Amino acid sequence: MSGTSAYEPAGTGHVRRARSAFTIRLWAVRHARFLEFIYDAFASVLLTLHPLWKAIGYHRVEKPVVVIESMVKSFLFDCRMCGQCALGDSGMSCPMNCPKGIRNGPCGGVRADGNCEVEADMPCVWVEAWSGSQQMKKKDNILNLQTAIDHSLRGSSSWLRATADKARAQEDSS
Amino acid sequence: MTGDHDALISPLPGHSSNGRLERVLRRGEFAVTAELNPPDSADPSEVFERAAVFDGWVDGINATDGSGANCHMSSVGVSGLLTRVGYAPVMQISCRDHNRIAIQGNVLGAAAMGVCNLLCLSGDGVQNGDQPEAKPVFDLDSMSLLQMVRTMRDESRFLSGRKITSPPQLFLGAAINPFAPPHDFRPHRLAKKIEAGAQFVQSQYCFDIPMLETYMARVRELGLHEKCFIMIGVGPLASARAAKWMRTNVPGVHIPDSVIQRLEGATNQRQEGAEICVDLIQQISEIKGISGVHMMAYRQEEQVADIVHRSNILRGRRPWKREEGPTSAAADEMTAEIGEKVELADAVAAASGDSQVA
Repeated sequence: MSGTSAYEPAGTGHVRRARSAFTIRLWAVRHARFLEFIYDAFASVLLTLHPLWKAIGYHRVEKPVVVIESMVKSFLFDCRMCGQCALGDSGMSCPMNCPKGIRNGPCGGVRADGNCEVEADMPCVWVEAWSGSQQMKKKDNILNLQTAIDHSLRGSSSWLRATADKARAQEDSS
Repeated sequence: MTGDHDALISPLPGHSSNGRLERVLRRGEFAVTAELNPPDSADPSEVFERAAVFDGWVDGINATDGSGANCHMSSVGVSGLLTRVGYAPVMQISCRDHNRIAIQGNVLGAAAMGVCNLLCLSGDGVQNGDQPEAKPVFDLDSMSLLQMVRTMRDESRFLSGRKITSPPQLFLGAAINPFAPPHDFRPHRLAKKIEAGAQFVQSQYCFDIPMLETYMARVRELGLHEKCFIMIGVGPLASARAAKWMRTNVPGVHIPDSVIQRLEGATNQRQEGAEICVDLIQQISEIKGISGVHMMAYRQEEQVADIVHRSNILRGRRPWKREEGPTSAAADEMTAEIGEKVELADAVAAASGDSQVA
Protein backbone atom coordinates (compact mmCIF):
# COMPACT_ATOMS: atom_id res chain seq x y z
CA MET A 1 0.00 0.00 0.00
CA SER A 2 1.97 2.93 -1.28
CA GLY A 3 -0.62 5.40 -0.12
CA THR A 4 -0.32 4.97 3.61
CA SER A 5 3.27 6.16 3.91
CA ALA A 6 4.18 9.80 4.44
CA TYR A 7 3.18 12.19 1.73
CA GLU A 8 5.55 12.08 -1.19
CA PRO A 9 4.96 14.30 -4.17
CA ALA A 10 5.00 12.85 -7.63
CA GLY A 11 8.15 13.36 -9.63
CA THR A 12 10.63 13.99 -6.82
CA GLY A 13 12.15 10.56 -7.14
CA HIS A 14 14.48 9.48 -9.88
CA VAL A 15 11.79 7.43 -11.57
CA ARG A 16 10.10 9.54 -14.21
CA ARG A 17 6.58 8.43 -15.03
CA ALA A 18 5.53 8.30 -18.67
CA ARG A 19 2.07 9.28 -19.82
CA SER A 20 1.09 5.60 -19.96
CA ALA A 21 1.35 5.47 -16.17
CA PHE A 22 -1.82 7.57 -15.99
CA THR A 23 -3.94 5.53 -18.43
CA ILE A 24 -6.36 4.04 -15.90
CA ARG A 25 -6.66 7.26 -13.89
CA LEU A 26 -7.56 9.12 -17.09
CA TRP A 27 -10.03 6.40 -18.07
CA ALA A 28 -11.78 6.87 -14.72
CA VAL A 29 -12.16 10.59 -15.38
CA ARG A 30 -13.51 9.98 -18.89
CA HIS A 31 -16.09 7.65 -17.38
CA ALA A 32 -16.86 9.87 -14.40
CA ARG A 33 -20.61 9.73 -15.03
CA PHE A 34 -20.60 5.92 -15.07
CA LEU A 35 -18.39 5.67 -11.98
CA GLU A 36 -20.58 8.18 -10.17
CA PHE A 37 -23.55 5.86 -10.82
CA ILE A 38 -21.60 2.81 -9.58
CA TYR A 39 -20.38 4.72 -6.54
CA ASP A 40 -23.86 5.92 -5.59
CA ALA A 41 -25.23 2.38 -5.92
CA PHE A 42 -22.34 0.96 -3.90
CA ALA A 43 -22.75 3.60 -1.19
CA SER A 44 -26.41 2.71 -0.74
CA VAL A 45 -25.51 -1.00 -0.48
CA LEU A 46 -22.97 -0.16 2.24
CA LEU A 47 -25.57 1.96 4.00
CA THR A 48 -28.14 -0.84 3.84
CA LEU A 49 -25.59 -3.10 5.49
CA HIS A 50 -25.09 -0.58 8.31
CA PRO A 51 -26.80 -2.84 10.91
CA LEU A 52 -24.36 -5.60 9.95
CA TRP A 53 -21.31 -3.32 10.32
CA LYS A 54 -22.68 -2.13 13.63
CA ALA A 55 -23.26 -5.68 14.85
CA ILE A 56 -19.72 -6.77 13.95
CA GLY A 57 -18.29 -3.45 15.05
CA TYR A 58 -16.98 -0.79 12.67
CA HIS A 59 -13.51 -1.04 14.19
CA ARG A 60 -13.36 -4.78 13.42
CA VAL A 61 -14.38 -4.48 9.76
CA GLU A 62 -12.05 -1.50 9.27
CA LYS A 63 -8.94 -3.56 8.55
CA PRO A 64 -10.30 -5.90 5.81
CA VAL A 65 -12.27 -3.05 4.23
CA VAL A 66 -9.15 -0.87 4.09
CA VAL A 67 -7.33 -3.62 2.20
CA ILE A 68 -10.10 -3.93 -0.40
CA GLU A 69 -10.74 -0.19 -0.62
CA SER A 70 -7.07 0.53 -1.11
CA MET A 71 -6.73 -2.11 -3.83
CA VAL A 72 -9.77 -0.97 -5.78
CA LYS A 73 -9.14 2.75 -5.48
CA SER A 74 -5.39 2.51 -6.04
CA PHE A 75 -6.07 0.63 -9.26
CA LEU A 76 -8.76 2.99 -10.54
CA PHE A 77 -7.70 6.40 -9.19
CA ASP A 78 -4.10 6.03 -7.91
CA CYS A 79 -5.70 6.58 -4.51
CA ARG A 80 -3.43 7.70 -1.66
CA MET A 81 -5.82 6.57 1.12
CA CYS A 82 -6.17 10.02 2.66
CA GLY A 83 -9.24 8.70 4.47
CA GLN A 84 -11.48 11.59 3.39
CA CYS A 85 -12.40 10.73 -0.15
CA ALA A 86 -13.24 13.76 -2.29
CA LEU A 87 -13.72 11.90 -5.60
CA GLY A 88 -17.38 12.87 -5.79
CA ASP A 89 -16.39 16.54 -5.59
CA SER A 90 -13.43 16.28 -7.91
CA GLY A 91 -14.79 14.67 -11.06
CA MET A 92 -13.42 11.23 -10.09
CA SER A 93 -9.85 12.57 -10.27
CA CYS A 94 -8.05 11.97 -6.96
CA PRO A 95 -6.79 15.34 -5.64
CA MET A 96 -4.14 13.69 -3.50
CA ASN A 97 -2.19 12.96 -6.66
CA CYS A 98 -1.53 16.69 -6.95
CA PRO A 99 2.14 17.11 -5.99
CA LYS A 100 1.03 19.99 -3.76
CA GLY A 101 -1.88 18.03 -2.31
CA ILE A 102 -4.25 20.83 -3.33
CA ARG A 103 -7.85 19.87 -2.58
CA ASN A 104 -9.28 23.05 -4.05
CA GLY A 105 -7.37 23.20 -7.32
CA PRO A 106 -6.15 23.83 -9.89
CA CYS A 107 -3.21 26.02 -8.87
CA GLY A 108 -1.91 28.83 -11.04
CA GLY A 109 1.04 26.84 -12.35
CA VAL A 110 -0.83 24.60 -14.81
CA ARG A 111 1.04 24.41 -18.11
CA ALA A 112 -0.53 25.59 -21.35
CA ASP A 113 -1.01 21.94 -22.39
CA GLY A 114 -2.91 21.23 -19.17
CA ASN A 115 -0.08 19.32 -17.54
CA CYS A 116 1.27 19.70 -14.01
CA GLU A 117 3.88 22.38 -13.28
CA VAL A 118 5.83 19.99 -11.09
CA GLU A 119 5.60 16.79 -13.11
CA ALA A 120 5.67 17.81 -16.76
CA ASP A 121 4.28 14.57 -18.21
CA MET A 122 1.36 14.25 -15.80
CA PRO A 123 -1.98 15.81 -16.73
CA CYS A 124 -2.98 18.21 -13.93
CA VAL A 125 -5.35 16.30 -11.65
CA TRP A 126 -7.55 19.40 -11.33
CA VAL A 127 -7.77 20.04 -15.07
CA GLU A 128 -8.94 16.43 -15.28
CA ALA A 129 -11.25 16.98 -12.32
CA TRP A 130 -12.96 19.88 -14.08
CA SER A 131 -13.57 17.84 -17.26
CA GLY A 132 -14.76 14.83 -15.23
CA SER A 133 -17.09 16.90 -13.08
CA GLN A 134 -18.78 18.37 -16.16
CA GLN A 135 -20.03 14.92 -17.15
CA MET A 136 -21.33 14.07 -13.73
CA LYS A 137 -24.89 14.43 -12.52
CA LYS A 138 -23.64 16.42 -9.53
CA LYS A 139 -21.52 18.68 -11.70
CA ASP A 140 -21.59 21.56 -9.23
CA ASN A 141 -19.96 19.51 -6.49
CA ILE A 142 -16.60 20.76 -7.73
CA LEU A 143 -17.60 24.22 -6.52
CA ASN A 144 -17.79 22.93 -2.94
CA LEU A 145 -15.11 24.36 -0.68
CA GLN A 146 -12.95 21.59 0.81
CA THR A 147 -11.92 22.31 4.37
CA ALA A 148 -8.47 21.59 5.81
CA ILE A 149 -7.60 17.92 5.48
CA ASP A 150 -7.35 15.84 8.66
CA HIS A 151 -4.01 14.06 8.37
CA SER A 152 -4.80 11.79 11.29
CA LEU A 153 -7.31 9.94 9.09
CA ARG A 154 -4.64 8.82 6.61
CA GLY A 155 -4.85 5.11 5.90
CA SER A 156 -8.36 4.69 7.27
CA SER A 157 -11.44 3.64 5.32
CA SER A 158 -13.33 6.48 3.72
CA TRP A 159 -16.13 4.11 2.68
CA LEU A 160 -16.89 3.05 6.24
CA ARG A 161 -16.63 6.59 7.60
CA ALA A 162 -19.04 7.91 4.95
CA THR A 163 -21.44 5.04 5.70
CA ALA A 164 -21.32 5.60 9.46
CA ASP A 165 -21.81 9.36 8.99
CA LYS A 166 -24.82 8.84 6.73
CA ALA A 167 -26.36 6.30 9.11
CA ARG A 168 -25.91 8.74 12.00
CA ALA A 169 -27.49 11.54 9.99
CA GLN A 170 -30.46 9.28 9.18
CA GLU A 171 -30.90 8.30 12.81
CA ASP A 172 -30.69 11.93 13.89
CA SER A 173 -33.33 13.05 11.41
CA SER A 174 -35.74 10.19 12.18
CA MET B 1 -13.02 52.69 22.78
CA THR B 2 -12.14 52.83 26.41
CA GLY B 3 -8.96 54.80 26.01
CA ASP B 4 -7.10 51.83 27.36
CA HIS B 5 -3.55 51.80 26.01
CA ASP B 6 -3.45 48.04 25.76
CA ALA B 7 -6.57 47.64 23.67
CA LEU B 8 -6.12 47.25 19.93
CA ILE B 9 -7.44 50.06 17.78
CA SER B 10 -10.66 49.03 16.04
CA PRO B 11 -10.65 49.24 12.26
CA LEU B 12 -12.91 51.75 10.51
CA PRO B 13 -16.52 50.64 10.00
CA GLY B 14 -16.73 48.18 7.11
CA HIS B 15 -13.00 47.52 7.32
CA SER B 16 -11.36 44.43 8.71
CA SER B 17 -7.88 45.89 9.16
CA ASN B 18 -6.21 49.17 10.01
CA GLY B 19 -4.14 48.92 6.86
CA ARG B 20 -3.61 51.62 4.30
CA LEU B 21 -4.14 49.24 1.38
CA GLU B 22 -7.64 48.31 2.51
CA ARG B 23 -8.59 51.97 3.03
CA VAL B 24 -7.29 52.98 -0.41
CA LEU B 25 -9.21 50.14 -2.09
CA ARG B 26 -12.42 50.74 -0.17
CA ARG B 27 -12.28 54.43 -1.06
CA GLY B 28 -12.46 53.33 -4.69
CA GLU B 29 -8.97 54.47 -5.65
CA PHE B 30 -6.92 52.55 -8.20
CA ALA B 31 -4.34 50.90 -5.96
CA VAL B 32 -0.76 49.92 -6.70
CA THR B 33 1.26 47.27 -4.92
CA ALA B 34 4.80 46.12 -5.69
CA GLU B 35 6.77 43.02 -4.97
CA LEU B 36 9.97 43.31 -2.94
CA ASN B 37 12.70 40.87 -3.82
CA PRO B 38 13.81 39.67 -0.35
CA PRO B 39 17.56 39.71 0.32
CA ASP B 40 19.78 36.68 0.86
CA SER B 41 21.16 38.41 3.90
CA ALA B 42 20.62 39.06 7.60
CA ASP B 43 21.13 42.80 7.16
CA PRO B 44 17.93 44.81 7.76
CA SER B 45 19.27 47.80 5.83
CA GLU B 46 19.06 45.73 2.64
CA VAL B 47 15.31 45.41 3.17
CA PHE B 48 14.94 49.16 3.81
CA GLU B 49 16.99 49.98 0.70
CA ARG B 50 14.87 47.70 -1.43
CA ALA B 51 11.66 49.20 -0.06
CA ALA B 52 12.88 52.77 -0.50
CA VAL B 53 12.72 52.55 -4.33
CA PHE B 54 8.92 52.19 -4.07
CA ASP B 55 8.53 55.04 -1.60
CA GLY B 56 5.63 57.30 -2.44
CA TRP B 57 4.54 55.23 -5.45
CA VAL B 58 2.82 52.17 -4.01
CA ASP B 59 0.07 51.42 -1.48
CA GLY B 60 1.50 48.10 -0.36
CA ILE B 61 4.72 46.12 -0.61
CA ASN B 62 4.53 42.37 -1.07
CA ALA B 63 6.94 40.37 1.06
CA THR B 64 7.32 37.06 -0.76
CA ASP B 65 7.55 33.76 1.08
CA GLY B 66 10.35 31.84 -0.61
CA SER B 67 8.95 32.50 -4.07
CA GLY B 68 9.86 29.92 -6.66
CA ALA B 69 10.81 27.67 -3.73
CA ASN B 70 14.09 29.57 -3.39
CA CYS B 71 15.41 30.41 0.05
CA HIS B 72 15.49 34.11 1.07
CA MET B 73 14.76 36.19 4.17
CA SER B 74 11.36 35.08 5.51
CA SER B 75 8.19 37.02 4.76
CA VAL B 76 7.52 37.44 8.49
CA GLY B 77 10.99 38.98 8.91
CA VAL B 78 10.69 41.31 5.93
CA SER B 79 7.15 42.37 6.91
CA GLY B 80 8.18 43.00 10.51
CA LEU B 81 11.03 45.22 9.35
CA LEU B 82 8.79 47.11 6.94
CA THR B 83 6.15 47.91 9.57
CA ARG B 84 8.90 49.28 11.86
CA VAL B 85 9.42 52.16 9.48
CA GLY B 86 5.78 52.63 8.50
CA TYR B 87 5.46 50.74 5.23
CA ALA B 88 2.33 48.67 4.51
CA PRO B 89 3.53 45.15 3.75
CA VAL B 90 1.39 42.48 2.12
CA MET B 91 2.75 39.41 3.83
CA GLN B 92 2.67 36.32 1.65
CA ILE B 93 2.18 32.94 3.28
CA SER B 94 2.68 29.79 1.29
CA CYS B 95 1.67 26.32 2.43
CA ARG B 96 4.85 24.73 1.11
CA ASP B 97 7.10 25.23 4.13
CA HIS B 98 4.84 25.47 7.17
CA ASN B 99 2.12 23.35 8.65
CA ARG B 100 -1.01 24.79 10.25
CA ILE B 101 0.60 25.12 13.69
CA ALA B 102 3.47 27.23 12.35
CA ILE B 103 1.22 29.31 10.10
CA GLN B 104 -1.24 30.24 12.85
CA GLY B 105 1.66 31.26 15.07
CA ASN B 106 3.16 33.37 12.30
CA VAL B 107 -0.19 35.05 11.61
CA LEU B 108 -0.47 36.14 15.23
CA GLY B 109 3.16 37.24 15.34
CA ALA B 110 2.89 39.21 12.12
CA ALA B 111 -0.34 40.91 13.19
CA ALA B 112 1.28 41.83 16.50
CA MET B 113 4.10 43.50 14.55
CA GLY B 114 1.60 45.61 12.63
CA VAL B 115 1.08 43.55 9.50
CA CYS B 116 -2.40 44.29 8.12
CA ASN B 117 -2.46 42.46 4.80
CA LEU B 118 -2.02 38.76 4.22
CA LEU B 119 -1.76 36.98 0.89
CA CYS B 120 -2.63 33.29 1.17
CA LEU B 121 -0.92 31.04 -1.36
CA SER B 122 -0.46 27.34 -1.96
CA GLY B 123 3.12 27.95 -3.06
CA ASP B 124 5.39 26.57 -5.75
CA GLY B 125 6.52 22.97 -5.64
CA VAL B 126 9.95 22.44 -4.04
CA GLN B 127 11.11 20.92 -7.31
CA ASN B 128 11.19 24.37 -8.91
CA GLY B 129 13.58 25.86 -6.38
CA ASP B 130 17.18 25.78 -5.30
CA GLN B 131 16.63 22.98 -2.76
CA PRO B 132 14.59 20.21 -4.39
CA GLU B 133 15.73 17.81 -1.65
CA ALA B 134 13.48 19.59 0.86
CA LYS B 135 10.34 17.99 2.22
CA PRO B 136 7.27 19.73 0.85
CA VAL B 137 4.77 20.37 3.64
CA PHE B 138 1.49 21.35 1.95
CA ASP B 139 -0.51 20.64 5.08
CA LEU B 140 -3.15 23.12 3.84
CA ASP B 141 -3.92 24.63 0.46
CA SER B 142 -4.61 28.29 -0.30
CA MET B 143 -8.36 27.88 0.32
CA SER B 144 -8.14 26.06 3.64
CA LEU B 145 -5.48 28.60 4.65
CA LEU B 146 -7.87 31.46 3.87
CA GLN B 147 -10.65 29.78 5.83
CA MET B 148 -8.34 29.21 8.77
CA VAL B 149 -7.12 32.81 8.99
CA ARG B 150 -10.66 34.12 8.58
CA THR B 151 -11.74 31.93 11.49
CA MET B 152 -8.90 33.36 13.58
CA ARG B 153 -9.92 36.90 12.71
CA ASP B 154 -13.72 36.69 12.80
CA GLU B 155 -14.31 34.05 15.45
CA SER B 156 -11.21 34.66 17.61
CA ARG B 157 -10.23 31.04 17.64
CA PHE B 158 -7.61 28.72 16.23
CA LEU B 159 -8.52 25.95 13.80
CA SER B 160 -8.67 23.66 16.84
CA GLY B 161 -11.34 25.85 18.42
CA ARG B 162 -9.08 27.19 21.14
CA LYS B 163 -9.73 30.83 21.99
CA ILE B 164 -7.57 33.75 20.83
CA THR B 165 -7.68 36.69 23.26
CA SER B 166 -6.94 39.45 20.71
CA PRO B 167 -7.71 38.34 17.16
CA PRO B 168 -5.49 39.46 14.26
CA GLN B 169 -7.04 42.34 12.29
CA LEU B 170 -6.23 41.43 8.74
CA PHE B 171 -7.19 42.21 5.16
CA LEU B 172 -7.15 38.83 3.44
CA GLY B 173 -5.84 38.27 -0.05
CA ALA B 174 -5.31 35.42 -2.47
CA ALA B 175 -3.78 34.83 -5.87
CA ILE B 176 -5.49 34.22 -9.20
CA ASN B 177 -4.18 33.19 -12.58
CA PRO B 178 -6.66 33.93 -15.38
CA PHE B 179 -4.03 32.89 -17.94
CA ALA B 180 -3.69 29.18 -17.15
CA PRO B 181 -6.01 26.32 -18.14
CA PRO B 182 -8.79 25.31 -17.51
CA HIS B 183 -9.91 28.81 -18.49
CA ASP B 184 -13.65 28.25 -18.01
CA PHE B 185 -13.08 27.07 -14.44
CA ARG B 186 -10.88 30.00 -13.37
CA PRO B 187 -13.71 32.46 -12.54
CA HIS B 188 -15.42 29.75 -10.44
CA ARG B 189 -12.17 29.23 -8.60
CA LEU B 190 -12.10 32.94 -7.75
CA ALA B 191 -15.65 32.53 -6.42
CA LYS B 192 -14.40 29.71 -4.20
CA LYS B 193 -11.56 31.87 -2.90
CA ILE B 194 -14.02 34.65 -2.08
CA GLU B 195 -16.22 32.14 -0.29
CA ALA B 196 -13.14 31.01 1.66
CA GLY B 197 -12.45 34.58 2.77
CA ALA B 198 -10.48 36.44 0.08
CA GLN B 199 -11.15 40.21 0.17
CA PHE B 200 -8.59 41.09 -2.49
CA VAL B 201 -6.72 39.10 -5.10
CA GLN B 202 -3.48 39.69 -6.95
CA SER B 203 -3.00 37.97 -10.29
CA GLN B 204 -0.13 36.31 -12.06
CA TYR B 205 1.65 38.42 -14.74
CA CYS B 206 -0.74 39.71 -17.38
CA PHE B 207 0.58 40.07 -20.92
CA ASP B 208 -2.61 39.09 -22.74
CA ILE B 209 -5.37 41.71 -22.54
CA PRO B 210 -7.99 39.81 -24.63
CA MET B 211 -7.63 36.79 -22.35
CA LEU B 212 -8.02 39.02 -19.29
CA GLU B 213 -11.10 40.64 -20.81
CA THR B 214 -12.74 37.25 -21.39
CA TYR B 215 -12.01 36.31 -17.79
CA MET B 216 -13.27 39.61 -16.42
CA ALA B 217 -16.48 39.40 -18.45
CA ARG B 218 -17.28 36.10 -16.72
CA VAL B 219 -16.20 37.53 -13.34
CA ARG B 220 -18.63 40.42 -13.80
CA GLU B 221 -21.42 38.02 -14.82
CA LEU B 222 -20.88 36.19 -11.56
CA GLY B 223 -20.76 39.53 -9.71
CA LEU B 224 -17.41 38.68 -8.16
CA HIS B 225 -15.84 42.11 -8.74
CA GLU B 226 -18.33 43.50 -6.22
CA LYS B 227 -17.27 41.08 -3.52
CA CYS B 228 -13.52 41.30 -3.93
CA PHE B 229 -10.88 43.80 -5.06
CA ILE B 230 -9.12 42.46 -8.13
CA MET B 231 -5.54 43.59 -8.73
CA ILE B 232 -3.76 42.49 -11.89
CA GLY B 233 -0.10 41.55 -11.93
CA VAL B 234 2.19 43.37 -14.35
CA GLY B 235 5.90 43.76 -14.82
CA PRO B 236 8.48 45.01 -17.31
CA LEU B 237 10.26 42.40 -19.42
CA ALA B 238 14.03 43.01 -19.59
CA SER B 239 14.45 41.59 -23.10
CA ALA B 240 12.95 39.17 -25.61
CA ARG B 241 15.35 36.53 -24.36
CA ALA B 242 14.26 37.05 -20.75
CA ALA B 243 10.63 36.82 -21.86
CA LYS B 244 11.23 33.53 -23.63
CA TRP B 245 13.09 32.19 -20.61
CA MET B 246 10.27 33.23 -18.32
CA ARG B 247 7.52 31.59 -20.27
CA THR B 248 9.34 28.27 -20.42
CA ASN B 249 10.77 28.26 -16.90
CA VAL B 250 8.38 30.14 -14.62
CA PRO B 251 5.20 28.12 -13.96
CA GLY B 252 1.96 29.80 -14.94
CA VAL B 253 3.38 32.69 -16.96
CA HIS B 254 1.70 33.20 -20.32
CA ILE B 255 3.41 35.57 -22.79
CA PRO B 256 1.90 35.82 -26.29
CA ASP B 257 4.25 35.78 -29.31
CA SER B 258 3.15 39.30 -30.24
CA VAL B 259 4.77 40.68 -27.07
CA ILE B 260 8.03 38.89 -27.80
CA GLN B 261 7.99 40.15 -31.41
CA ARG B 262 7.47 43.71 -30.20
CA LEU B 263 10.50 43.34 -27.92
CA GLU B 264 12.62 41.81 -30.67
CA GLY B 265 11.78 44.68 -33.02
CA ALA B 266 12.99 47.34 -30.59
CA THR B 267 16.48 48.85 -30.52
CA ASN B 268 16.43 49.24 -26.74
CA GLN B 269 14.62 46.14 -25.50
CA ARG B 270 14.73 47.12 -21.84
CA GLN B 271 13.09 50.46 -22.59
CA GLU B 272 10.52 48.76 -24.83
CA GLY B 273 9.76 46.31 -22.01
CA ALA B 274 8.89 49.21 -19.72
CA GLU B 275 6.87 50.78 -22.54
CA ILE B 276 4.84 47.57 -22.97
CA CYS B 277 4.25 47.54 -19.22
CA VAL B 278 2.92 51.12 -19.26
CA ASP B 279 0.59 50.23 -22.17
CA LEU B 280 -0.67 47.14 -20.34
CA ILE B 281 -1.36 49.08 -17.14
CA GLN B 282 -3.35 51.69 -19.02
CA GLN B 283 -5.41 49.04 -20.80
CA ILE B 284 -5.95 47.12 -17.56
CA SER B 285 -7.11 50.24 -15.70
CA GLU B 286 -9.87 50.68 -18.26
CA ILE B 287 -11.38 47.22 -17.73
CA LYS B 288 -14.44 47.34 -15.51
CA GLY B 289 -14.11 45.54 -12.20
CA ILE B 290 -10.36 45.94 -11.77
CA SER B 291 -9.24 47.81 -8.65
CA GLY B 292 -5.50 48.04 -9.07
CA VAL B 293 -2.24 46.64 -10.36
CA HIS B 294 0.43 44.57 -8.68
CA MET B 295 3.94 45.35 -9.96
CA MET B 296 6.36 42.46 -10.17
CA ALA B 297 9.52 44.04 -11.55
CA TYR B 298 11.99 41.38 -10.56
CA ARG B 299 15.51 42.88 -10.62
CA GLN B 300 14.07 46.00 -12.24
CA GLU B 301 12.47 47.41 -9.10
CA GLU B 302 13.98 50.85 -9.75
CA GLN B 303 11.74 51.12 -12.83
CA VAL B 304 8.50 50.82 -10.85
CA ALA B 305 8.25 54.51 -9.91
CA ASP B 306 8.80 55.61 -13.49
CA ILE B 307 6.29 53.10 -14.91
CA VAL B 308 3.63 54.05 -12.35
CA HIS B 309 4.26 57.74 -13.06
CA ARG B 310 4.09 57.39 -16.84
CA SER B 311 0.97 55.22 -16.82
CA ASN B 312 -0.78 57.95 -14.78
CA ILE B 313 -2.92 55.46 -12.85
CA LEU B 314 -2.53 57.31 -9.56
CA ARG B 315 -4.32 60.26 -11.19
CA GLY B 316 -2.46 62.79 -9.11
CA ARG B 317 -2.74 60.80 -5.90
CA ARG B 318 0.43 60.41 -3.84
CA PRO B 319 0.65 57.20 -1.81
CA TRP B 320 2.15 57.37 1.68
CA LYS B 321 5.82 58.39 1.77
CA ARG B 322 8.29 57.91 4.54
CA GLU B 323 9.57 61.27 5.76
CA GLU B 324 12.41 62.15 8.05
CA GLY B 325 11.40 63.28 11.53
CA PRO B 326 12.37 66.83 12.54
CA THR B 327 15.89 67.34 13.84
CA SER B 328 16.41 68.96 17.25
CA ALA B 329 17.22 72.28 15.59
CA ALA B 330 14.04 72.19 13.50
CA ALA B 331 11.98 71.28 16.55
CA ASP B 332 13.48 74.22 18.47
CA GLU B 333 12.54 76.50 15.62
CA MET B 334 8.95 75.22 15.59
CA THR B 335 8.51 75.47 19.34
CA ALA B 336 10.22 78.89 19.51
CA GLU B 337 7.15 80.38 17.83
CA ILE B 338 5.00 79.33 20.75
CA GLY B 339 7.22 81.50 22.90
CA GLU B 340 8.58 79.09 25.39
CA LYS B 341 11.36 76.62 25.17
CA VAL B 342 10.22 73.01 25.10
CA GLU B 343 12.50 70.06 25.51
CA LEU B 344 12.19 67.70 22.56
CA ALA B 345 11.81 64.69 24.82
CA ASP B 346 8.89 66.33 26.66
CA ALA B 347 7.23 67.29 23.38
CA VAL B 348 7.45 63.72 22.15
CA ALA B 349 6.11 62.40 25.44
CA ALA B 350 3.21 64.83 25.36
CA ALA B 351 2.36 63.97 21.77
CA SER B 352 2.27 60.27 22.54
CA GLY B 353 0.03 60.81 25.54
CA ASP B 354 2.61 59.82 28.15
CA SER B 355 2.82 63.23 29.75
CA GLN B 356 2.18 63.38 33.47
CA VAL B 357 1.72 67.15 33.38
CA ALA B 358 -1.88 68.26 33.42
